[in-house]
Amino acid sequence: MFTATELNQRNRKVERLFRLLFLMMAGLLILPVIIILGVLIYKGGPVLSMDFLFTEPTDGMTAGGIFPALVGTIWLVSVALLFSVPIGVAAAIYLSEYAADNWFTRAINLAIINLAGVPSIVHALFGVGAFVIFFRFGTSILAAALTLGVMTLPVVIVATRESLQAVPQAFREACWNMGATRWQTIRKVVLPNSVSGILTGVILEVSRTVGETAPIMFTGAALFLPFLPQSVMDQTMALSLHLFVISTQVPGVPEGTPYGVALVLIGLVLAMNSVSIALRMYLRGKKKW
Amino acid sequence: MTRGDSTAVGESGALDRRNAAWYIDKLVQVLVFVGGISAIVFIIGIFVFITREGIGFVFGELDLWEFLASPRWRPTSDHNPTYGALALIAGTASITGLAMLVAVPFSIGSAIFIAEFATGKTREALKVLIELLAAIPSVVWGFIGLTIMNPLIIKIFDVPVGLNVLNAGIILGLMAAPIMTTIAEDALKAVPDGYREAAEAMGATRWQVTYKVVLPAAKNGLVAAILLGVGRGFGETMAVLMASGHAVNLPGSVFDSVRALTATIAAELGETAVGSNHYQVLFTLGIFLFVVTFAINLTADLVVRGIRKQ
Repeated sequence: MFTATELNQRNRKVERLFRLLFLMMAGLLILPVIIILGVLIYKGGPVLSMDFLFTEPTDGMTAGGIFPALVGTIWLVSVALLFSVPIGVAAAIYLSEYAADNWFTRAINLAIINLAGVPSIVHALFGVGAFVIFFRFGTSILAAALTLGVMTLPVVIVATRESLQAVPQAFREACWNMGATRWQTIRKVVLPNSVSGILTGVILEVSRTVGETAPIMFTGAALFLPFLPQSVMDQTMALSLHLFVISTQVPGVPEGTPYGVALVLIGLVLAMNSVSIALRMYLRGKKKW
Repeated sequence: MTRGDSTAVGESGALDRRNAAWYIDKLVQVLVFVGGISAIVFIIGIFVFITREGIGFVFGELDLWEFLASPRWRPTSDHNPTYGALALIAGTASITGLAMLVAVPFSIGSAIFIAEFATGKTREALKVLIELLAAIPSVVWGFIGLTIMNPLIIKIFDVPVGLNVLNAGIILGLMAAPIMTTIAEDALKAVPDGYREAAEAMGATRWQVTYKVVLPAAKNGLVAAILLGVGRGFGETMAVLMASGHAVNLPGSVFDSVRALTATIAAELGETAVGSNHYQVLFTLGIFLFVVTFAINLTADLVVRGIRKQ
């Protein structure tokens, strides 16, 4: 019979100790989120109503709702997507289907990592220097959305490249053997098999874009506009900037209002992320190969 | 039949397959290549455009010694504007340093738990929660620093102001931790299972396997994770702007309010006239931020490449 020696017992004790330590560390990372969500729901929940979501702010933003900010955020996200999704998908197709493993591809990958790593305020400076001043878009939805699009491009590229690479090579080879060109193979075989993976990436990008504040501060988002934007050359309010403004710049805002805005913002972001995660898990379960 | 014949057939066009599909294929190849180099174009574009706005000042009135060694940041002074960024650099460094003290042990610990100890549903649930933690926008974190952390710090430590290095550091630590956890976990997962099995066959416990085998093997990836976390903390803007107190100050303790490089740009760019010295010095700060984060990301990439070569 095997009986645990003193050494075995001590080892097991040490192991249990470390297991507990690491579990507590993971728990302590997650605990703040739960507390934060709790506080936001507790303090911001009572503020939320149809009126809050669908009326304009009044009395110097101390009363009324957030409708123009909500609409502005939708404008910004849509224009940013129109710009970055086609470019991002094309880049991912190039990297996954065409690029050889050489210095040039490594340079592209390094550029993608850096594009994701450059501080958001530097993206804002780029937006001002390039879109607002050089291309003469002025402070407009177009300039702000392009800045956001450049900033979130890596999200689309990385997610799309991963889902393209998950399509087995044999699928492509079978198609090539039938005499199809590279593009025919990509369009008829590779893309249909990875479209839902690309979708999860796009949803993630939306969630990221909704929350960004610094890049739009000087490129197109306004502190307060009493009307809705009519075209991409107009300025607009945005949900994220609105939260910053009413919690730091405007005196006399009722205590609950910023919590309400924060709750709407975080609700949108977490909902979108959850959809993206759920979609990913569903796809993993359904995979045919 | 000579060798030349088959070529001749090709040249005469009998084997020429350049139909519509062939041309579309070539066209698409060009289009996706343009998409492919977009990231390089944009990263160069960022550098060119922020340099274009700031370069006149860098080679003109900027006193490099004052910029790096003077803590006097008074760009709006009428008589004698000074552009000393030392206090801003110290602000960013103190916040990022404290954030790493918080985030490094917790994210490496969490990564070890997720990769080496947790199984099945627990692992999946933890990964999802950490992903959601990473998704919280920075302006919401700043708002939390302002409304939850601020009164909490005043109450617990009995200090007059709760918007300080401690507040911003903890917020930034919580923001950087999920990314570091995810990258560190990837690094641990990249260690071949054969290493673990060999150690376990020798009678090692799971902790011994982790400590003696997995951690040394994943060392480079963990270093890269920490570097990327530093880069993230360095460049964070809104949360730091709202939680740090935004006072130009060389911090003496964690309870001092400071001002970060990023926050300075965010707070002041709106009030400057395009082309003025103040406007240009803010772009100079931007160039500095760009160069430092670029160096951090490049180093992280080289460190990771180091593992692949082994």
